[in-house]
Amino acid sequence: MSKRIDVKDLNVYYGDFRAVEGVNISVAPRSVTAFIGPSGCGKSTFLRTLNRMHEVLPGARVEGQVLLDGDDLYGPGVDPVAVRSHVGMVFQRPNPFPTMSIRDNVLAGVKLNSKRLSKSDADELLESSLRGANLWNEVKDRLDKPGSGLSGGQQQRLCIARAIAVKPDVILMDEPCSALDPISTLAVEDLINELKENYTVVIVTHNMQQAARVSDKTAFFNIAGTGKPGKLIEYADTSVIFNNPSEKATEDYVSGRFG
Amino acid sequence: MTTTDVAPGRSKLTRGRLPGFAPWVSLAVALVLGAAAVAVPGFTPFGWGIASAIIFAIVYVAWSRAVEGGRKAADKLATCLVVGAFLVALLPLVSVIWTVLVAGIPGLLTPGFFTTSMNGVTGVFDNRAVEEGGPVIGGIYHALLGTLMITLLATLISVPVGLLTSIYLVEYGQDKPLARAITFFVDVMTGIPSIVAGLFAAAFFFLVVGPGTKTGFVAAVALSVLMIPVVVRSSEEMLKIVPNELREASYALGVRKWRTILKVVIPTAISGIASGVTLAIARVIGETAPILVTAGFATTINNSPFAGWMASLPTFIYTQILNPTSPSNPAPSDQRAWGAALVLIILVMLLNLVARIVAKAFAPKTGR
Ligand SMILES: Nc1ncnc2c1ncn2[C@@H]1O[C@H](COP(=O)(O)OP(=O)(O)OP(=O)(O)O)[C@@H](O)[C@H]1O
Ligand SMILES: [Mg+2]
Repeated sequence: MSKRIDVKDLNVYYGDFRAVEGVNISVAPRSVTAFIGPSGCGKSTFLRTLNRMHEVLPGARVEGQVLLDGDDLYGPGVDPVAVRSHVGMVFQRPNPFPTMSIRDNVLAGVKLNSKRLSKSDADELLESSLRGANLWNEVKDRLDKPGSGLSGGQQQRLCIARAIAVKPDVILMDEPCSALDPISTLAVEDLINELKENYTVVIVTHNMQQAARVSDKTAFFNIAGTGKPGKLIEYADTSVIFNNPSEKATEDYVSGRFG
Repeated sequence: MTTTDVAPGRSKLTRGRLPGFAPWVSLAVALVLGAAAVAVPGFTPFGWGIASAIIFAIVYVAWSRAVEGGRKAADKLATCLVVGAFLVALLPLVSVIWTVLVAGIPGLLTPGFFTTSMNGVTGVFDNRAVEEGGPVIGGIYHALLGTLMITLLATLISVPVGLLTSIYLVEYGQDKPLARAITFFVDVMTGIPSIVAGLFAAAFFFLVVGPGTKTGFVAAVALSVLMIPVVVRSSEEMLKIVPNELREASYALGVRKWRTILKVVIPTAISGIASGVTLAIARVIGETAPILVTAGFATTINNSPFAGWMASLPTFIYTQILNPTSPSNPAPSDQRAWGAALVLIILVMLLNLVARIVAKAFAPKTGR
């Protein structure tokens, strides 16, 4: 299930604007990696290159390699749609499909692709995904109600359930807790800890405590100034980044002396 | 600390306000003065209404200015103008509905109005109906059938073309030259006079099928020319407001773009699209000129839109008024025409109602 990611000399562009430059990073399987850094330094942009979501924007392109267990995501002939079913994504704002019930939302990845699924298999997948997202007990009595009727935190966990229902190898999360209250945040953080058993998890966060709580390794991105590309400054074990960073910029940022 | 006693309803904060009966007093004054003012040139209810409205605005605003000051007076003036504009806009609508109701109901209630055509109905019958006071015979069955068939065909042509065009524009166009050209031509098409659309369809079938091709289908093509831009525009707006997050959520699950469009984007927008389509139908159902030049007019029932001339409600009204069945006694023809007009208005109202129901029924569900 879980796969490792190796990124080699990655440059990311929006048209002519180079948003991220020269990233080299390796993410181990069954681990949680946090991306931190100031706003606009390219964390989301970089994250979206890991499942080829970057290129859905007009004019967006990528140079370099992203290897998933040794296979280049950007190699010739690679189908981006297939890549995305191996690398799932959870967005900053919960975005359940408003026309679908909770049940259909969870099964969306399967159903939208018109894969045949027997009723018992579907029920099993539904329950295991919702249990995996710590949501089963809260929604099991109203699976046929619309997903948009849940609270924000529940919706976000529904989106996580939806992402794990397609059984990806990697789960990317872009500030998954920024729209949530502390209790829902805690629920999602616990969930991330459990997901680590089976998946490679990469999470973008602005919350240092969160990065410290959930991640094994942390990557610090920074930007020299507006209009300049973002760069990976330091990548190390989370405890090292927060207690004993080797770069001055990292230390300034994690200790709040930034800018 | 002492509390000051304040008379109930009056305080420093409520000082200088017009009493609640002020509008009514102003209205009474305006009605009396208005009646006096129009009595000089000659009394008409219409003139009375206009004069009273103007005097009301003057009295009410001046009173407010004296008691409440400039800001409140300006507010009252603006309110008077807004309400006045609304009433003016409402006037023709109410008047049209009233006229058509009064003139149309006798026709509508005639036995056989919905079940018979004009086949074999000649001036002789109409003369007899007027002179001997018998029932007016002849009905709109053929025209109603024609309108329904022509509009249905036009919808069947326009909805796929219009919807696919709007999908191209929103999902694939991305400001490419082709997309911009389409947008431009759709805008131009929106402004085409309906008779030109009719002539286009007539000329097109003249070239392709042969001279004198006048059928319901040709009329449907002419109406599609009018309908497609409306459908494109409304669907485009609806597809645009589907949040991009939903598309990205679907892509991130490994769903292909066309499936995302089919199963996520369109279902999310379907309520707006459906009501847009319904309004487009309402827009073309009353077209007269394009049908006249493409389907002609018939007095008999024609069940096939692909052969022979076909009647429709608008052309029925047009011919009944312009060429009464009995030139010496046009009253029965008038009655039939007004009845048909009432049916047309009812159809349009039903379509608007359907649009609302459809929008409600398809709207994304919320709540628990
Ligand atoms: N769609 C886009 N088109 C053009 N430029 C973009 C686009 N999205 C982001 N950018 C630019 O790319 C750079 C990186 O943006 P990105 O969203 O990756 O930052 P981020 O690190 O995720 O910031 P935040 O912490 O605020 O989410 C910024 O300079 C931004 O202006
Ligand atoms: Mg971001």
